[in-house]
Amino acid sequence: MESAHRMNTILEVRDLRLRRGDRTILSGTTFSVARGGVAALMGPSGSGKTTILRAIAGLERFEAGSITLDDITLRGGESHPAAILKKVRRRVGLVFQFHHLFDHLSALRNVTLAPTHVLGTPAAAAEQRARELFDALGIAHRASALPRELSGGEAQRVAIARVLAVDPPLLMMDEPTASLDPSRRHELGELLSRLAGQNRTILLTTHDEEFARRWASAILRVHDGAIT
Amino acid sequence: MCGRFSFARHVLAMAGAVMLCVSTNARAQSQELKWAGDPEGGAPFVEADPADPNRVTGFDVEIAELIAKGIQRTPRFLFVPYGSIDQAIERGTADIGLSGMEDTPARRAAMATTIPYYAFREVLAVRDADAGALRRLADLKGRRVGTLGGTIAYEILLQGERRFGLEAVSYDDDVHPYSDLLLGRVDAVLLDNVLAERRRKSMTGITVQPDAVAISHYVGVLAARNASLRDAANEVLRRAMRDGTLERIFRKWGVWNDDQPALYASLVAREAVAAVTLSGMDEPIGVGTLGRWQATLRYLPSLIKAAGVTLVLSCLSMAVAVMLGVLIASGRVYGSALVRLALTGYVELMRGTPVLLQLFVIYYGLASFVKLPAFVAALAGLALNYAAYESEIYRGALEAVPSGQLEAARTLGFTETQVLRLVRGPQAFRIALAPMTNDFVALLKDSSLVSVLTVVELTKQTQIFATNLGSWVIPGSLCAAIYLLMSLPLGALARRLERRWKAPTE
Repeated sequence: MESAHRMNTILEVRDLRLRRGDRTILSGTTFSVARGGVAALMGPSGSGKTTILRAIAGLERFEAGSITLDDITLRGGESHPAAILKKVRRRVGLVFQFHHLFDHLSALRNVTLAPTHVLGTPAAAAEQRARELFDALGIAHRASALPRELSGGEAQRVAIARVLAVDPPLLMMDEPTASLDPSRRHELGELLSRLAGQNRTILLTTHDEEFARRWASAILRVHDGAIT
Repeated sequence: MCGRFSFARHVLAMAGAVMLCVSTNARAQSQELKWAGDPEGGAPFVEADPADPNRVTGFDVEIAELIAKGIQRTPRFLFVPYGSIDQAIERGTADIGLSGMEDTPARRAAMATTIPYYAFREVLAVRDADAGALRRLADLKGRRVGTLGGTIAYEILLQGERRFGLEAVSYDDDVHPYSDLLLGRVDAVLLDNVLAERRRKSMTGITVQPDAVAISHYVGVLAARNASLRDAANEVLRRAMRDGTLERIFRKWGVWNDDQPALYASLVAREAVAAVTLSGMDEPIGVGTLGRWQATLRYLPSLIKAAGVTLVLSCLSMAVAVMLGVLIASGRVYGSALVRLALTGYVELMRGTPVLLQLFVIYYGLASFVKLPAFVAALAGLALNYAAYESEIYRGALEAVPSGQLEAARTLGFTETQVLRLVRGPQAFRIALAPMTNDFVALLKDSSLVSVLTVVELTKQTQIFATNLGSWVIPGSLCAAIYLLMSLPLGALARRLERRWKAPTE
C-alpha cells in the first residue's frame, strides 16, 4: 500500500519549517502531490506559497522537515549538497511569477541555453526542439525578440518553454494567472491541461479561486505556512 | 528693516576692506621682487632650510637677494617646479626665475635672460669600475645614459644617440639618475658639474670624468616684456662680479672655480658669450635657432614615436587591469570572507594612494629587491592601480544583474560557473562597457605620469619639445591633437559595441 502510494506520489513535503530572521514563514507544512494532473496551492498573500515552491526547487534552505521528489530527498537544517541539487533540478522546473528571462538573449536562445549547456544537446537539435515548443505555445513569431520586447503573456510562454526544454516531470508555476486577462487565463488553463496530459505534473500557486476550480485536479490551501 | 540696514552696512564694510587690501597689495607688489625657484633642486641652488623649512637657502637665494637689494626691492620666493619656471615667468606669476636656469639658445630667443652669473661644465659620471673605459660620449655606444629631461645635457644626449649610438634616458629629477647609475639601470649620467660633484660626495662608487662635454651657464630668466628690469639686474650682477660679491657667494657654497673669473672678465668687458660651447660636436644643440615650423618637423617623428609608447603602454596596462579587475571583482562577489577582506583592502589601498607614489615605490622603492625595467614598472604600476578601479566597476556590474535571472539559471541546472559565464558575466560586461571606456581614456592620459620612471611618452616628449622651443603653443596643440586622435576612436568603438549588443545574440 505504502509503495503504491509512493508510485503515485511525485512530491512529498513533510513538516517543512522555515524562518527569516524572527519571522516564521513556514510552520510545519505537509502535503503531497499525486503524479499527473494539475495541483493548485491556494492561500492569501504572504501565506508562504512562493516560499514552498522555492524550497522545492532547492532555492531555500529550511530549518526542519523534508521534501521528497521521487527518490531524492532535501532535508532541513543543512545546506543542500550540490549533487542532490543537480538531481532535484532534473526533476523539477520553476516558472517564476516575473519570468526572469535572460535579458541579453533572444527568446529562442533563452530556451536553447540550458539544453545545450546543461544536457549537452547538440545546438541544432536544441533549436529544433525550442521551435517546436514555440509552435505549440503559439509564440513562433517571437523567436528572435528580446525579453524586453515581449508582452507579459508572451514572456510567460517563453519562460514555460524554457523550463519544458529541459523536460522536468514536475513543472511548478508561481502565480501564472496574476498578469493575465480572463481570455488568456482560459488559454493558460487549456495549455496546462494539455501538458498534464503529457505525463507531466503541474504544481501552481494562485489567488484565482475560479481558475483553480476549473482547471486543478487537486487544491491545497495554505494558511500561515501550513496546509489546512 | 534693521536686518537689511545692517546687511548693507556689512557689504559696504566688506567692499572697503577689499579696496584697502587691493591698494595695499598693489603697493607691496611694486616693492617686491617675486622670484621663482624649485627647492626640489636642493643645495647649493635652492633648498628648504633644514633649520626652518619655511625658509629657503642656496646661492640662487643669495643672488635673488642681491638683485632685489640692487634695485631696491624686497625679494619674495615663489615655489615653481623647475620644468614650469619659464611658463610661470611668461604669465607673470613671478618676475624672475633663478634656480640653476640654463643659458640655452632657445631661452635667449624666447625670454629676456640676464647675463650669465655662473659657468658650469656638463660632465659624465660613471661607476668607479667603468672610470677607465667610459670617458667620453663616444665610449658609450649601445649604452644607456641618464640626465634631467629638457636640459642642455638631454639635447646633447639626443645628438649622442645619432652620432655615437648611445641611448638617452630622461629623468624628472637629478637624484635618481645617480641612484640608477649605481643600480646599473644606466651606465653613465651627463649633468652639470655642480650636480655631479654633489652626488659624488654623497654617494660612494661614482667617478666624475674631468673632461667637459660642454660648457654653459646659469642665468636669471625674465619675460621678454621685462627687458628693462633685466637690464637693471644685469648692472647689479656686473657690479657684483667686479666687487667680488658673487665670488663670496659661490665660495660660501663651495662651487667657486677657475671658470668663473674668465667668464666675469668677458662680461664686465661687455663681450658676447656663447650660450653653450660644445666640445667634440659640430651641430649646434637644441632647436631654438630653427624656425618654429622647422623645429616642429624635426620633433614630429619623436612625438609620434612617443605617442606609440603611450598607446602601447595604455593598451597593455588596460588589458592587464581588466584581467586583474575581473579576478578581484569575482573574488569580492563569490569569495570567502577572508578573500573579500583582503581584496577590499587591496582596492582601498590602490584607490586611496596616488598612482604617482605607487609608480615610485614599484620602480625605485623595490629596486633593492627586484630591478624592474622602466617600461615594465610603468606597466605594472598603471595596471595594478587601474585594476582596483576596474574591479569596482565589474563588482557593481555583477551585482546589477537581477538575482531572479541567476535563480532561474540555477533552477535550470546551470552550475555556478556556468551562471557566471553564460548569464551574469555577459550582462555585467555590457553594463561595464561605458565606464570601462571612460577609464581607458583616463588611463591614456594618466600614462603621462610614467615619465617619472624615465619612460618618454607623449606628454614628456611634448614637454622636452616645448622647453627646447621656448614655447608651448605648437607642441601643446600637437600633443592635444594626438591624444584626441587616440581617444576619439575608442569612444566610437564603444558606442558601436553598445549598439551591437542591443540587438539579440542569436
